[in-house]
Amino acid sequence: MNELIPLITCRQLTLGYGNKDIVRDLDYDVNVGDYLCIIGRNGSGKTTFLRGISGLLSPKSGSIELREGLKRSEIGLLPQMTIVQKDFPASVEEIVLSAFQGKHGLLPFYGRARRERAMECMALTRTESLRKSCFRELSGGQKQRVLLARALCAAERLLLLDEPVTGLDPESAETMYRVIKDLHKNGMTVVMVTHDVDAALDDATRVMNFDQISVKGK
Amino acid sequence: MPELIEKLAFYWEFPFVRYAVIVAVLVSLCSSLLGVTLVLKRYSYIGDGLSHVAFGALAIASVLKLSNNTMLVLPVTIAVAILLLCTGKTTRIKGDAAIAMVSVGALAVGYLLMNIFSTSANISGDVCTTLFGSTSILTLKVEEVYLCVVLSSVVFLLFVLFYHKIFAITFDENFAQVTGVNTMAFNLLIASIVAVIIVLAMNLVGALLVSALVVFPALSAMRVFKSFFSVTVAAAIISVLCSLIGIVVAILAGTPVGSTIVAADIVAFFLFYLIGVSRSRGA
Repeated sequence: MNELIPLITCRQLTLGYGNKDIVRDLDYDVNVGDYLCIIGRNGSGKTTFLRGISGLLSPKSGSIELREGLKRSEIGLLPQMTIVQKDFPASVEEIVLSAFQGKHGLLPFYGRARRERAMECMALTRTESLRKSCFRELSGGQKQRVLLARALCAAERLLLLDEPVTGLDPESAETMYRVIKDLHKNGMTVVMVTHDVDAALDDATRVMNFDQISVKGK
Repeated sequence: MPELIEKLAFYWEFPFVRYAVIVAVLVSLCSSLLGVTLVLKRYSYIGDGLSHVAFGALAIASVLKLSNNTMLVLPVTIAVAILLLCTGKTTRIKGDAAIAMVSVGALAVGYLLMNIFSTSANISGDVCTTLFGSTSILTLKVEEVYLCVVLSSVVFLLFVLFYHKIFAITFDENFAQVTGVNTMAFNLLIASIVAVIIVLAMNLVGALLVSALVVFPALSAMRVFKSFFSVTVAAAIISVLCSLIGIVVAILAGTPVGSTIVAADIVAFFLFYLIGVSRSRGA
């Protein structure tokens, strides 16, 4: 490994809801080129940490900084699916294209470059044949792959994944991991929250274990 | 049949009928567009809550004897819409409870004020008109029609312009926020647009039936159509057609306009429900 260039730095970071601190005084860097797996028991703060670095949850104290000129519009996120999404009337294409809204300004239509990029991302996740299908009629694994395609469209430098293989059969899960691994090989920084420790140890370049962290980083 | 057309042509001569039709088309178009988003975001009931707030504000306006009620009703409703839609995540009283509280509260206070400071002899008639819009659509003034045209055009343009942003936020607000969309601003925008639509729609169907205009076309379209775009377009068409049919029937049969329109929406919903069921069986 060459020298480490931090992409996101957390200093004395405390995250929580209401009066409850879930992550306390954490110092941690996510570096350029990391494939970081975050593991730990339920409630240990994995998802809270991910919400913190994705900017959904503001720190109670301390700081999270995006370095190296990283912009929000260069981050892709694969969140856990919500109930609302499970029966949402939208075509796969509409959903994947919606990834560009952050970089899109106020134009009311998508240009050719964007559409081609969306097709590439659908090809990578093997969802291009579902392009015109209705999201709510897909299987769990297909839905997850569509959301990954959307995350890829948005992710130029950093990809955040929140339990990407939840509810997938082993085969779909393996496809998912392979796609993520390929992306990482091509230079994407990946941060993944997962329960699947074995898989995490196979591919990851770093592991962050919230069970042992009792919140000291590095 | 010719007599029917003759009768309609006869009514069409009256300006107030033409006003009613114009307003009905515009209001039902706008309400159905936003309805899709509200239903999907699980905010179906917001229309109801806001219309009660608008009723309360209207009561205050008539107590104050304002010449133009909308000037008070619209800002108040927008303010409450923003409170309800935009603070949902952070407040202690959660979404549905807040809506319930605000809506019955405003209804009660509104009725109370109307009674204490009654300006006309027929309070229950006034209240009934405001709640069920029994005749107000047929007594529109030219200024009100103009106001409606302007506001609906603004709503329609904003919706078209921000269609993709609205879709992104409706489908996944977190994702939109993480990837750099200013979700706060767009939620504010959506809340304000909803409030404008509610205030406009009160004239058409009255305060109690407003949410029907928001909810039914969207739900009907969702039974059958499979992409967000087709659902939105279908909801708009369904809504406008139902309102036109409702007005025509109301004029011919002498029924109250608002409830006739809503009845047409209900019939449409069952039609689409059946189409949806038979399609999924066939496939």
